[in-house]
Amino acid sequence: MSCACGRQWRPVPEITLLLPSVLQPLAGGQSLLTMPVGGPVTVGGLLNAVAADYAVLGRRLRDETGALRRFVNIYIDGDEVRRLQGLETEVLPGQEVLVIQSVAGG
Amino acid sequence: MVRMATAAESFVLAIGTKKGLWLATSKDRQDWSFTGPHFLMAEIPSIGIDTREGRTRIMVGARSPHWGPTVAHSDDFGATWNEPEHGAIKFPEDTGAALERVWQIYPDAESRPGVVWAGAEPISLWKSTDGGEHFELNRGLWDHPHRSEWGAGYGGAAAHSIVVDPAGETVHVAMSTGGVYRSADGGTSWEARNRGISAYFMPDPNPEFGQCVHKIAADAAVAGRLYAQNHHGVYRTDDNADSWNSIAEGLPADFGFVMLTHPRRDGTAWVVPLKADGERIPPDGRLAVHRTDDAGNTWKRLSTGLPEREYNSVLRDAASVDTAEPAGVYFGTRGGTVYASTDEGETFREVASHLPDVLCVRAAVAAGA
Repeated sequence: MSCACGRQWRPVPEITLLLPSVLQPLAGGQSLLTMPVGGPVTVGGLLNAVAADYAVLGRRLRDETGALRRFVNIYIDGDEVRRLQGLETEVLPGQEVLVIQSVAGG
Repeated sequence: MVRMATAAESFVLAIGTKKGLWLATSKDRQDWSFTGPHFLMAEIPSIGIDTREGRTRIMVGARSPHWGPTVAHSDDFGATWNEPEHGAIKFPEDTGAALERVWQIYPDAESRPGVVWAGAEPISLWKSTDGGEHFELNRGLWDHPHRSEWGAGYGGAAAHSIVVDPAGETVHVAMSTGGVYRSADGGTSWEARNRGISAYFMPDPNPEFGQCVHKIAADAAVAGRLYAQNHHGVYRTDDNADSWNSIAEGLPADFGFVMLTHPRRDGTAWVVPLKADGERIPPDGRLAVHRTDDAGNTWKRLSTGLPEREYNSVLRDAASVDTAEPAGVYFGTRGGTVYASTDEGETFREVASHLPDVLCVRAAVAAGA
């Protein structure tokens, strides 16, 4: 693939974060956030980047110690990160990260 | 803070529930116009209505079970809400703590505009000097050597009552389950002040601290006089909490959560007794407010307008007085009904019902309406 100037175009590696509808107003109405990355990043690093752009959204996902809130679940390719390495779990360019709230309470 | 109602003024009533906030305004305290739910699906355990500086600012502590706690405020009766990006209450990194729930939002005296206090879980006291937009942790209480021995009440471990002397530097806080602490220097240093309050559930029923004080309130006109509703026991101090004495005689039960005082008149306070410890309903299912006009020497049962049977309890902050003349008295039940009186409790009427559990009620004479 090439652009109009004739130079070779390579897609920038990125990670996509998908948000539930209840959180989308805190991300400017977006349902997914794409973040260009140069290589693998941790879930924690990804959430730091989100919080830098959308501070209130960041506070909804983690408390001020950095811990993931109890009923916030983050999935990478179908696996919840608590069953992996938690916030240290690596995410690769091209992967999708899904935020889902627990089905809990009444 | 004292604000007299006039014909031109209006009233605001805020009801925090387990699943959101309802706001009401009224010109006569009879007909209320409601909006809500605001913050649907978040519990609202704390509300502060700040009518200083010519405007009505409603501040709420909201907590979503999924997305955590936060503090927001509105200066337009809930039409819009503002939440500081990085949070109004945020534990400093070195504490290693995270905010669980804001239990109390308490505007300071008229003489200290902009100052707002907050009590939170984990047990902590906070002070804002910018009208409740940002709070700073009170390090004196946070670093108190008793901290490791403070316990959690059934609802959590929190500073839930804040009483500030409008004319001086004395601050009292009450916490579950640590009891009453007093600062004589504006909050720099703190001492336990529970002598006379029973902690019957502990090996030593008269400890220095560890009492389960449910609510404290200051007498409007007598300096150094406060009232406490305890986990069994109703008390008064006349010496700034150096010593407490029982004023429970004449009440149908010495358990309850509410302690309200009149905005101007000395000696007047209200409680809502509950039968405890194993029942926690109004005694025999007969809900009544009890008022004293002589600082707890005698009590008057007030139930006109209340239902014949009501089995729901009234939580510590689910009751409020306004500053009108005569004072209004408001309270809500865990069954989602809110009752209001415009004659200091002599008669009540239902102003809202079928809401989720009522956690917090605040009423005020509105400013800038």
